[in-house]
Amino acid sequence: MDPGHAVPAAASFPAGVETTGPGETFGLGERAAALLRGGEVLLLHGGLGAGKTCFVQGLCRGLGVTAEVVSPTFTLVNTYEGRLRVHHLDFYRIESPADLPDIGVPDLLDEVEDGGAVLVAEWPGPLLAALGPLPRLEFLATAGGGPSSRRWHLRGQPEPAAAWRALFSGGDPAC
Amino acid sequence: MRVLGIETSCDDTSVALYDTDGGVAANLLSSQVDLHGVFGGVVPELASRAHLVNLLPMVDLLLKREQIGLGDLGGVAVTAGPGLLGALLVGLSTAKAICFAADLPLVGVHHLEGHILANALTADLVLPATVLIVSGGHTEVVHMPEIGVYERLGGTLDDAAGEAFDKTAKLLGLPYPGGPHIDAAAKGGVPGRFRFPRPLAADQRIVFSFSGLKTAVRTVVEELPRPLDDQTIADVCFEAQEAIVDVLCQRLFQAARLKRARAVYLAGGVAANGRLRERVAAEAAKRGLHFVAPERVYCTDNAAMIAYAGSCHLAAGRRDALSLDSFARAPLASWRPSPAS
Repeated sequence: MDPGHAVPAAASFPAGVETTGPGETFGLGERAAALLRGGEVLLLHGGLGAGKTCFVQGLCRGLGVTAEVVSPTFTLVNTYEGRLRVHHLDFYRIESPADLPDIGVPDLLDEVEDGGAVLVAEWPGPLLAALGPLPRLEFLATAGGGPSSRRWHLRGQPEPAAAWRALFSGGDPAC
Repeated sequence: MRVLGIETSCDDTSVALYDTDGGVAANLLSSQVDLHGVFGGVVPELASRAHLVNLLPMVDLLLKREQIGLGDLGGVAVTAGPGLLGALLVGLSTAKAICFAADLPLVGVHHLEGHILANALTADLVLPATVLIVSGGHTEVVHMPEIGVYERLGGTLDDAAGEAFDKTAKLLGLPYPGGPHIDAAAKGGVPGRFRFPRPLAADQRIVFSFSGLKTAVRTVVEELPRPLDDQTIADVCFEAQEAIVDVLCQRLFQAARLKRARAVYLAGGVAANGRLRERVAAEAAKRGLHFVAPERVYCTDNAAMIAYAGSCHLAAGRRDALSLDSFARAPLASWRPSPAS
């Protein structure tokens, strides 16, 4: 795969939790939403068809977004209003970090740092350099046991809180 | 009346001139014009910076080629959204400046209205019409009883059709953008070797879902011996294209029946797909509906469609204030009162 579409190795993530299909991936996103407080940066790794957008659809539903949540691959940024504002980005078509200002990323990150919004990015490669020391949650979706199954892994900087770790290790979230 | 059109909502910068007496007089795209010669520098690759560098030289080039001045224009039409705000602002600010300097009426056009009305650049519109807008970022069905009245009937729940084409191509190792490559490869495909899902087929709403196609194609491809031979790629392309085109056709004609349309139209980049045009033409003929496939140059993003849409607004006496704002997202709204039904 070309560098712009690189996906990190599963070995650099904890074991993760398995979803059996799009419905459960959506549900995982929905439960993850309950843990969001505003100000989080979520990076979503995984190949084509891994279920990244499906996870974000669940996340948005969990945040009370009523608008239809669709793929941002071509539009680059979709913004939704729920309990928190969600900026849903996709860098699939973006090759260089030099393009980030054109997409409005610095302004979006400022808004996230102020705590009023959540930023969720698919194919986040070009975004990494712009994040600096900003805390982030990194998700990786890999193939599971069956064709529709996916294993969702989570790591973070700093280490994700206990409720996050529990949700992504198959335990019950503390919420 | 001559209307200058400006389009900066997408990757290409485009300027065009539409003449209500003679049709499209010029339609320039930054990807097709040799701009190095015009401003003697390196052409930047992206979005707002590129638009900023490209736009004024392209307007100059157009005026020079057509041997007209700003005073010969009847107005300026510009894409006001949806799109990236930075990119849109370049076009909008330029349009405002030209209107302010030359005392011309300004018209902001919704990008999707441009795509819909692009059909009028190929043949006179037959109305009421139901339109399928299909591109990398959009998959929507819109009903148009008359120009300026738009009713959104539905759209995709996840990926757009153009995205489904591009990502299927990626999974097969075909170059970007994938749509034209799939279209070409599918011509040599043998039907029936693979089968891909038609999601939501039983759903009564005008809805599409293309995200599952990626997983379906990947599952098929992963089980095939590597490297993939050309015939296998052609066979996968054929069936993936059939799966996409099937649901697009089904929803378009379902909507046309619902709205008792006299015509159906295609709009947007995927409207250039050969198989989609063929299938819609055949189905329209069978149902006695009018259909003319739009010229391919007016399917992809272009300023001619914006100039034409602007001429419709101006003919109806509509113009915008110089305080007009660009917008990242907004549904296509009607600007004429709905006809009594």
